[in-house]
Amino acid sequence: MKLLDEMHARGDGRDVVWLLQQIPYARFLGLQVELVGEEVMTVLPFAEHLVGNTNLPAVHGGAVGAVLEITAQLQLIHDTASERLPKTIDVSIDYLRSVGPKTTYGRAIVTRRGRRVANVRAELWQDSRDKPVAAAHGHFLLAPL
Amino acid sequence: MTDIDPQEHLSQIPHAAALGLELISHAGDTCETRIRNAAHLVGDPDTGVIHGGAITAMLDNVSGMVARPEHMPREKAAIATLDLRIDYMGAADPSKDIHARAHCFKRTRNVAFVRAVAYQDSPDDPIATSTATFMLGTRNEPGKP
Repeated sequence: MKLLDEMHARGDGRDVVWLLQQIPYARFLGLQVELVGEEVMTVLPFAEHLVGNTNLPAVHGGAVGAVLEITAQLQLIHDTASERLPKTIDVSIDYLRSVGPKTTYGRAIVTRRGRRVANVRAELWQDSRDKPVAAAHGHFLLAPL
Repeated sequence: MTDIDPQEHLSQIPHAAALGLELISHAGDTCETRIRNAAHLVGDPDTGVIHGGAITAMLDNVSGMVARPEHMPREKAAIATLDLRIDYMGAADPSKDIHARAHCFKRTRNVAFVRAVAYQDSPDDPIATSTATFMLGTRNEPGKP
């Protein structure tokens, strides 16, 4: 059974917590997700295998980018109870601060949702939400390519 | 100067090692790496297609490898990704390896500009492309809390 069909069949088409657990790559990162009201919040506990710079140490920029992208997709799925996984068309990432060896949190806002394309902004922080460590904006395809 | 070779450098990056990133070639301003699709990198369990985040990490890493000027010793100064923009052109074929090739096309005193492409059969048929800018000579030791 297709993943999203199964999610709908389970009775909650917006169950992003269950959905994330089904994605092997998210499990590899150790990424978790919580719902805070209607907001999806991703939680990335620090782990050695995420490190990109051992001197600082800091989380790899690629892992940072991946978490921003997944956070945006989960918020979209939560907002839309989508029948299909939103496909990333493009994502533009700003690295704002070094992502240190501690837990990272992520939030995303769907700024516009059209019939075929959605624009989403996402942000990661560690100590305080007003000190983001990375930010991204991306376009996601909702319709078949 | 006793700088370590690029393959050794790559295997010493914990996240690159966890992804299974391999060096194919590195000469001057151009570098090529390869990743094999593995169970822990899958983003869509229905199809077995690799997660976009793993491609993001791969493009970030290969771009960073060509950003550093040859005369700049690794132990003295780090480079930091300022931004990374990725365009996804299509899903990867799960049965084939993914290559990423990066070229640093301009360096100023402080900034390196890098383009990269991720592909399977040919760089002319990309699955993703990226443009990144890197800040050169940033701090490479833990900062004050």
